[in-house]
Amino acid sequence: MPILRTLLASLTLIIVGGYALSAATDGFRAFTTETARRIEVREHPVQLPATMLETQSGARIRLADFHGKWLLVDFIYTRCATYCRALGGEFAQLQRRLAAPIAQGKLQLLSISFDPHDTPRQLADYQQRYHDLGFGWLAARPVGPGALERLERVFGITVIPDRFGGYMHNAAVHVVDPQGRLVEILDMDRPELVTQALPQSFSQSFKP
Amino acid sequence: MTARARLSFAGLAALLYAALLVPPVRHALEASMTAQMLVQIPLLVGVGALLRGALPARALAVTAGWDYHGITGLTLASLTAALWLLPRSLDVAVTEPIMAWAKYLSVPLLIGLPFAVSWPRMSFIVRGVFLLEFIATFFRMGWLDLIWPDRLCNSYLLGDQQRLGQYLVLIGGWLCVLIICKLLWGRFDSLIEVRRPAPPPPCN
Repeated sequence: MPILRTLLASLTLIIVGGYALSAATDGFRAFTTETARRIEVREHPVQLPATMLETQSGARIRLADFHGKWLLVDFIYTRCATYCRALGGEFAQLQRRLAAPIAQGKLQLLSISFDPHDTPRQLADYQQRYHDLGFGWLAARPVGPGALERLERVFGITVIPDRFGGYMHNAAVHVVDPQGRLVEILDMDRPELVTQALPQSFSQSFKP
Repeated sequence: MTARARLSFAGLAALLYAALLVPPVRHALEASMTAQMLVQIPLLVGVGALLRGALPARALAVTAGWDYHGITGLTLASLTAALWLLPRSLDVAVTEPIMAWAKYLSVPLLIGLPFAVSWPRMSFIVRGVFLLEFIATFFRMGWLDLIWPDRLCNSYLLGDQQRLGQYLVLIGGWLCVLIICKLLWGRFDSLIEVRRPAPPPPCN
């Protein structure tokens, strides 16, 4: 009965293979690493480490200092001419749209550089280039051995050198709740999604 | 197959496998999406295909009873291949050591070996269906890589992805040309069997 045995073996393989494919794609929802990272964070928020950062003014802060506020994080390098141009513009725009909750101390924007060449000076220039209003938006670089790698690991950031001396990286807006948990990762060119991810009371003060 | 021939197939497979495991070779092949998809994974499939020559006749006879027309082997190879066609699989195979091992073990043993074992058992129709699907996969994946505006793999550059897309479409096109040539001018053994006997000579 080779036909029946073949049928049995093939059906078993299809069932096992179906389970494997389903497990490998989070139930046929995520075919790329980027989608997978977003689903993972949404379903299992990640507690962030208390990494030490140096800001554009040279001040030392810890990521944990932002507990109690909502935090929007993006990853940048100041020489970037592609994605970060959009991200820098996006953060300046969010700074204007969310001016009210920022002024009330409920929200903070934070750009973290993954480029070891970036100094506080360059971070300040970067913000100026995008017309920073001077409040509620910090640009910073991680300090200390292994700090950057730890942040990249927790946030799920992959940075690879491109062929022009710069970097390519998965650019997005990362939403951190007041308990210091990464709860949402959103496309960078969709500010309306960012406001949806924040408490509703924030959006009442928006200027459309 | 003689014991000596089997041994040389096993030796060749081991040699190719060892070459692919050498760290500089591995890193070079995994540095680009194109090299991983079009060189590294196909060579790992080749390792498994070589292993078929190392199998004793008894093992082949036992599997034959479960592999009518080669369908079981083809199913196993196709499902495993589908897993390694996912963009996120290419990513984790580069970033997670355990998934790198999963790739190095599953591609030869669950794609190359079962396919090589089952191919001689496949009938003309099963081979035809397989080839159609095989070529369609090149076009589908190539088209996806070409039109997708973002990167599908976080570990690879967008330009790399688009180059891979071009190569995949080109290879799919060449496979079509080869199949057309085979259909027009090739010999098909399975057709010869069903060819009708020559009519008897006319009576005088």
